[in-house]
Amino acid sequence: MSKKLIHLVLVVAILACALFITGCGKPKKEINVYNWGDYIDESVLKNFEKKFHIKVNYDTFTTNEDMYVKLKVGGGHYDVAIPSDYMIKRMIDEGMLDKLDFHNIPNYKYIGTNYRNLGYDPKNEYSIPYMWGTVGILYNKKMVNGKPDSWRILWDKKYAKQILMLDSQRDSVGIALKMLGYSLNSKNPAELEAAKKALIEQKPLVLAYVVDEVKDKMIAGEAALALVWSGDAFYCIRENKDLDYVIPKEGSNYWFDAMVIPKVSPHKKEAEMFINYMCQTDVAYKNADYIGYASPHTEAVKRLPAGITHNRSAYPLPQDLTKSEIFVNLGTTIKLMDKIWTEIKSE
Amino acid sequence: MVTGFFKRGYLFLMFVFLYAPIIVLALYSFNSSRSRGSWDGFTFQWYLDMFQDRHILASLYYSIIIGVAASLVATVVGTAAAFGIHNMKSLPQSAAMNLTYIPVLNPDIVTGISFMLLFIFLHIRLGFATLLLSHITFNIPYVILSVLPRIKQLDKSLYEAALDLGATPNQGFHKIILPEIMPGVITGLLLSFTLSLDDFVISFFTTGSGVSNLSITIYSMARRGINPKINALSTLMFVCVLILLIIVNVLMSRQQNSNNSRRLGNV
Amino acid sequence: MKKNWAAYPYIFWIVIFTVVPLILLFYFGLTIKDSKGVVITLANFKRFGEPVYIKVLIRSLILAAESTFLCLLLGYPAAMILADRKLNFKSTMILLMVLPMWMNFLVRTYAWLTLLEKKGIINMLLGYIGLPPLNLLYNDFAVIMGMVYNFLPFMVLPIYSVLSKMDHRLIEAAEDLGANPLYTFRKVIFPLSLPGVTSGITMVFMPSVTTFVISRLLGGGQYTLIGNLIEEQFLTTGDWNFGSAISIIMMLIILVSMGFASQYETHQEGGGLW
Repeated sequence: MSKKLIHLVLVVAILACALFITGCGKPKKEINVYNWGDYIDESVLKNFEKKFHIKVNYDTFTTNEDMYVKLKVGGGHYDVAIPSDYMIKRMIDEGMLDKLDFHNIPNYKYIGTNYRNLGYDPKNEYSIPYMWGTVGILYNKKMVNGKPDSWRILWDKKYAKQILMLDSQRDSVGIALKMLGYSLNSKNPAELEAAKKALIEQKPLVLAYVVDEVKDKMIAGEAALALVWSGDAFYCIRENKDLDYVIPKEGSNYWFDAMVIPKVSPHKKEAEMFINYMCQTDVAYKNADYIGYASPHTEAVKRLPAGITHNRSAYPLPQDLTKSEIFVNLGTTIKLMDKIWTEIKSE
Repeated sequence: MVTGFFKRGYLFLMFVFLYAPIIVLALYSFNSSRSRGSWDGFTFQWYLDMFQDRHILASLYYSIIIGVAASLVATVVGTAAAFGIHNMKSLPQSAAMNLTYIPVLNPDIVTGISFMLLFIFLHIRLGFATLLLSHITFNIPYVILSVLPRIKQLDKSLYEAALDLGATPNQGFHKIILPEIMPGVITGLLLSFTLSLDDFVISFFTTGSGVSNLSITIYSMARRGINPKINALSTLMFVCVLILLIIVNVLMSRQQNSNNSRRLGNV
Repeated sequence: MKKNWAAYPYIFWIVIFTVVPLILLFYFGLTIKDSKGVVITLANFKRFGEPVYIKVLIRSLILAAESTFLCLLLGYPAAMILADRKLNFKSTMILLMVLPMWMNFLVRTYAWLTLLEKKGIINMLLGYIGLPPLNLLYNDFAVIMGMVYNFLPFMVLPIYSVLSKMDHRLIEAAEDLGANPLYTFRKVIFPLSLPGVTSGITMVFMPSVTTFVISRLLGGGQYTLIGNLIEEQFLTTGDWNFGSAISIIMMLIILVSMGFASQYETHQEGGGLW
């Protein structure tokens, strides 16, 4: 009796397994897209699949470095990736990206001229901007007196254990540099050392170093102040009216995330179709509306509510950004940066 | 009397500690408010949402298929290996056993990273295949370790008697040996399956584009914040495990009963 | 019954998937890639000697030791109670002890987030009885708590299985000879349960030292433990050589401590875990 039962279980298991395997016969065309977590309106992907009969395998990463390592050595054969400016520069320098064929991406015409030919891709051959934004302070009006205007508030003992920092080396070290009056892109060891000291001094006040959790935490009122990317800030403000966002007077980082095609991509043509689709006005609008970052897409911006696009924290004008900088590739200083970060976090 | 009360109280507190988080999770999966601060009423919405979420469904699919395939392959290879190791001379035997222990003793993170290095070295694209291969590899030792004791207990003379009575070696294997070691094989199979379902660290390092199992999905969702969909998913998984365990227990006790009665009958 | 060949596929498998990966790990750990190409060096290990990393190592060991000790402190009495012959519903109790282990461990860790948050359940309950909220998440307490919660059954079960197999006549003999319960415990029960205790300690200590998930989720990124350090080297910095060197160091620590533990351990089969 028991033996029969066992045989039966085994047979069923094997059958189930076989069914699963044959059942997963994939459609012929597919592309692998690699994007930041929570950085797209997912219905867009479904519509793309329906329209072009190309399956989209959608994967997410949490930091630029994470994405870089997976692409560089991890054997990830992604067709479209959406890294940030300094990382795009690094990937171009290391020959990891393919030039785009702009004939296949006619919707490029919608990208505003301010957002073309930027430092990280001077001739605009490799990338098409997806979103842009700033780094600033998201604060809870009920917990913070007045409107903060300086990074120094993140060092204010009054808010001990109510401050959330970004678990991202360059952003956290970058704002410390800015607070001290240095450049975000400093390679000067003495300046970096000073930034490290400042962050170590700040550590007892910090509740946690987070990335994606920051939204949930701020909406729930778990912290008073947070270092955030602007899009996350506006997502939170929409959910909780007590929150507000500022770009401190010392200046900050403004950045671009852009779509690129890695050299390893096996489906270049489909990847370009996807990028072109992402630049379609209705799609760009949907994404901008869902994510909350500033869109470089001129037509999509027109469709967004004026309350957002005329808000100078969400869509800063060029004169608001005079003190702010775009990240550049640091080269070998990255290792020093990593050591500094380990020292801060293991303190 | 007093000590009895104290003991029961201690166990009770321990179970509160072990189950409080699970119960809280289950309760919140029915809370119609997204925030934790308030209870807005009862809802099945998160369960419906969860079944709409293709990310979750895809990872459930991968978890199950990897679990089933890895545990089956590991059981076959591991059982064969257990026989082979049992029949080895003592020196190669101890060498083989030491190698078998390595993946069991090694920290998961080291195992995961060494697999990753291997796949990249061999230019195998990280993804479904690499995930499956790693799961098979870390499962095999557990199969060997649960089958080997059974083989040691085997009574050789039974098998020889069967051959003397005209059974072919094949028949002898199926009729005599297999039933004797079956409990060990089943333990190995179940153990592999659960280890495979539960694994996060090794999978995290060996998976690639588009393939993630439940653990990986939960990890990335948890980093984004408390999400009622994960609560729903976790509750559902807990209930499934509970049902599975009850079924296994009932089957095992029945099997034991029938074995006992058969043995009694033989006497 | 000469079935040596049955092991061949496995030997083949183990060489490819266990031996080769370890060789690769050592290869990366013992080399550095610079402009001149690959150089054999001990630099990666030397680098680990820098104070930052030693600090990380010591911190991981201390946190793991603390949670192992807590597990022992909480788990030993539980194992004794479970092993008590007079206990009713014994098998149900043991099943209840094992059941959470069948649940995905990330889910279990995740569950604690809900409880420990500033506006989480525990603080809500404290609020009801008029106490001020506590900072429970993102500190030592949360990390140790997560470890204890996840690994407690690994401590209880081996001790339980040794205690329940113990020859009861020894205890009776001690009592007959006039030993008080405390003395009996110290001189008879505890020494006899040592194999269970050591295997419990290793089973808790090992995963506690190497975890990078619990410290990440419950420690709020403020706890770089050795597991996080390894993960960062591979997934953030891309310094595989250093990452491999740390992995090798960690592997050696674990194997050495296992070696110590196995000195005490008698050959018991599986400790009755599953």
